[in-house]
Amino acid sequence: MAVITDALCPFCGCTCDDLTIVTEGNKIIEAKHACKLGAAKIMGHHRIKAPMMRTDKNGNFKEVSYEEAINETAKILVNSKRPLLYGWASALCEVHKKGILLAEEVGGIIDNTASVCHGPSTLAVHEKGLPTSTLGQVKNRADVVVFWGSNPVQAHPRHMGRYSVFAKGFFSDKGRRGRKIIVADVRKTETANIADEYIQVQQGSDYLVISALRAILSGHADVVPDAVGGVPKEQLVKLVDTLKAAKFGAVFFGMGLTQSQGRYKNIDNAISLIFELNSFTKYVIMPMRGHYNVTGFGQVCSWETGFATAVDFARGVPYYNPGETAANDLLLRKEADAAMIIAGDAGAHFPANSVRHLAKIPVVQIDPYWNPTTEVANVVIPTAICGIEVEGTAYRMDGVSLRYRKMIEPTHPTDMEVLDRITERVREIKGD
Amino acid sequence: MELLIKNGAVYDPKNGIKGDKTDISIKDGKIVDKVSSKASVIDAGGRLVMPGGVDAHSHIAGAKVNVGRIMRPEDTRSGLKPRTKITRPYTGYTVPNVYAMGYRYAQMGYTTVFEAAQAIMKARHTHEELEEIPIIDKGALTLFGSNWPTMDFVREKNMDKLAAYVAWGLLASRGFGVKVVNPGGGEMWGFGKNVTGLDDVVPNFDVTPRDIIVSLMKVNEMLGLPHSVHLHCNNTGKPGDYKTTLASMELAKQVRPSKDRQVLHVTHLTFNAMGGTNWGDFESKADEIANFLNNSENVTTDMGQLIFGSATTMTADGPLQYANAKLTHGKWGNGDVELEDASGVVPMYYARQVSVFSIMWAIGLELALLTKDPYKVLLTTDHPNGGPFVNYPEVIALLMSNKKRQEEIKTLHEAVHKRTKIPGIERELDFNDIAIMTRAGSAKVLGLLDTKGHLGAGADADIAIYDIQPDQIDPSVEHAKVKSAFSSAAYTIKGGEIVVKDGQIVATPMGRTFWVDASVPDQHTDIMMKDIRLKFKNYYSINLANYMVQDAYVTHPNVVKAGVISVEVS
Repeated sequence: MAVITDALCPFCGCTCDDLTIVTEGNKIIEAKHACKLGAAKIMGHHRIKAPMMRTDKNGNFKEVSYEEAINETAKILVNSKRPLLYGWASALCEVHKKGILLAEEVGGIIDNTASVCHGPSTLAVHEKGLPTSTLGQVKNRADVVVFWGSNPVQAHPRHMGRYSVFAKGFFSDKGRRGRKIIVADVRKTETANIADEYIQVQQGSDYLVISALRAILSGHADVVPDAVGGVPKEQLVKLVDTLKAAKFGAVFFGMGLTQSQGRYKNIDNAISLIFELNSFTKYVIMPMRGHYNVTGFGQVCSWETGFATAVDFARGVPYYNPGETAANDLLLRKEADAAMIIAGDAGAHFPANSVRHLAKIPVVQIDPYWNPTTEVANVVIPTAICGIEVEGTAYRMDGVSLRYRKMIEPTHPTDMEVLDRITERVREIKGD
Repeated sequence: MELLIKNGAVYDPKNGIKGDKTDISIKDGKIVDKVSSKASVIDAGGRLVMPGGVDAHSHIAGAKVNVGRIMRPEDTRSGLKPRTKITRPYTGYTVPNVYAMGYRYAQMGYTTVFEAAQAIMKARHTHEELEEIPIIDKGALTLFGSNWPTMDFVREKNMDKLAAYVAWGLLASRGFGVKVVNPGGGEMWGFGKNVTGLDDVVPNFDVTPRDIIVSLMKVNEMLGLPHSVHLHCNNTGKPGDYKTTLASMELAKQVRPSKDRQVLHVTHLTFNAMGGTNWGDFESKADEIANFLNNSENVTTDMGQLIFGSATTMTADGPLQYANAKLTHGKWGNGDVELEDASGVVPMYYARQVSVFSIMWAIGLELALLTKDPYKVLLTTDHPNGGPFVNYPEVIALLMSNKKRQEEIKTLHEAVHKRTKIPGIERELDFNDIAIMTRAGSAKVLGLLDTKGHLGAGADADIAIYDIQPDQIDPSVEHAKVKSAFSSAAYTIKGGEIVVKDGQIVATPMGRTFWVDASVPDQHTDIMMKDIRLKFKNYYSINLANYMVQDAYVTHPNVVKAGVISVEVS
């Protein structure tokens, strides 16, 4: 039996780093301190055993060697005029670096799962910047915390205990008792149930509600109608008073804001609200990132290409134009003629028409797990699980980078090895 | 491998060579006295030869640089250059991608660059980027000025604990030196507040910026660190800030240097020599700063020269950045780090016809031209705060040609005549002065003059050859040629390898990362760590075991040893 302390959880953007992992042989038998979601991943489930290929997507897979699968992947990428390399969020930064190099080599488009998640937040950052902080600032200082369109009780279970709601810190020794918790959402979520104040926003009206808050904050309550987006004016006025009375306020937003009507404009408006609140007191804002290293892909892609995601290398220089170069733009236009999907599940999360197009083009899946993307794949390459069987870097939702520990020995090649071999084979085929 | 550079007009200030025809012999990456007849030969043909450029203050890697990139796709879109067989794509102007960072410095003949600020907690990110910057040697200065342990130990007046913390912090961050930004202000910005001068008390910590600066200077010298304390003053960027700058410089008199260098480096003076009481009566006070420098031996500075056009301001001075964002009504990035410091990123456009920017342009130049000793004013743009580093050749040309300055002045706001002294300054620097401000001086300030910034035997074979013949050019008149030559080196040699030829990248070896391993007596570390463990137990949001930068992030280390001599306990 072996015990690994201070282990990191490779599930959500909280990247909890206080796990104790107990192993026996090469098997994890306990993941102490992990939440249900994290433990489920760490304890393991249905892995793909060996590489598989098929020509007819309605037919059955046939097990092949890694060599064959890698060779076929390289051929698919080289023969493609518009290859899409998508996913990346459940992989370490070391994998992202290899992926960006491969995208450069094949003149492809690289995009990550933020495309269908917090991509709109990035667009808002282009417009307004991002006044934020590390999570420890919230833990030590926050006395007002707002969750807008995000539901940590179910999606980021330990966020509240470690950072935002119950956590005690230097200036916040009372923990939960010293904090006002506000939830704005279209439905009364479990997080709303533990909040001090719940703002029920009518579906699709977040932008209006934020605008009303900004109007009241800037002294123009007189122009605000009796109710905005289903929220009574009195409640909005009271909320502004609460926000202004904070010594340190934090707003955490989720896909309820990024993927509802208004999309990036909702975030743009929310960041403006934060900017203005800082004239009164201290405020920060932060996206609740989903996959544990979706933040890391944005970081790596930014320092390597200058752009956070949706980068098109067809011209030999990075080109970025979301709306044109994001994964779904390409698939909905039926422009991608091949796709490599790695550490992300397009099959499960893309719109039906995108998945229909994926079903028509050669698709390579690189992933430890069988998932809906497997159903549309021609080539499937199973790999070791980053963060459990492979050590390396990931970025927490607040941009703090951490080094993941290896918990057990891998039974499959790592993503890094597989990508290296694909790149090498691509170069051979191209004659470079 | 051996290499011989013949017939170069060599400028090597440390060794007193001023344009003499001198051969330079290189063997195994180092400069040696002579090489065998088998050495490859570069005939410099009378062209200008200098040590590879050394930059002691530039924001090239880490969290805030990447925030700049993410905020500014419009910047990334400028400066695009496709990949080649040798190079990855270049992107960006004020916030280039990691590859362009290395390539562009090398193309200017620069071979060593120091990132000016990293919070310990975010140092892993800094090193991830440094690891991908090709060619150049590099390092990063670590922020200590608002760290809770720093303030605790300063309040306790326990210099042993503070020294142990600084040594441990440098190890944790693989840092090269002690950076102090708006000391105390970073903590106060945690609640949206700031200090207003050296003697404000930081609430809850009961220390003043003055205490913090002096204590860190003392400890820096106790540890015998290669570099001195590197200070971004309180009140930076506010009209009238020159008074705080002068008062901060005065503090250097309280501490004796442990080495042949300054005890305090005060950085990016363009932002710290501001007079007036508001943006309306704003004026240059560079002359007062220069006057101080001319009468003091303990302080060095760098220009932080303003370059007209686009810039991205980024600093650990969080409150300054919120003030800037309120002025521009534009994008605002803020990135406070728990228990350590603040930070902010704000894009800027420095327009020629804005009085404040015209005056700021003059400040950097005045400082360099009014300070007699070029070792005291390094050439920087505080990249990308004053402007991107690719503009160093523009700054060199401005310093070497009064004619060029007068031509520029004609295009500026009239305030440059009334509220600066630049129109009347006739001094023109020569190649030796420039070699000091961009090589020997920066290496000396960093404490690396044994191997960097000179061409004597034993130095790293980092060399730039520029396509001008110093004895056949009048930089005063032919400033355009000077600028063009410094923009695109005929040769850049890094560690004995030719990396640039005729301005083009021809090889991309990996540079080294310099960091300082300072030893302190174990018992001091033990006492200090008791406090640190409590900080992690109660306040940090990550575990101590996951805090320190691992070896995996510094794959080409150059460890500089320092430290107080360990006390034997019998």
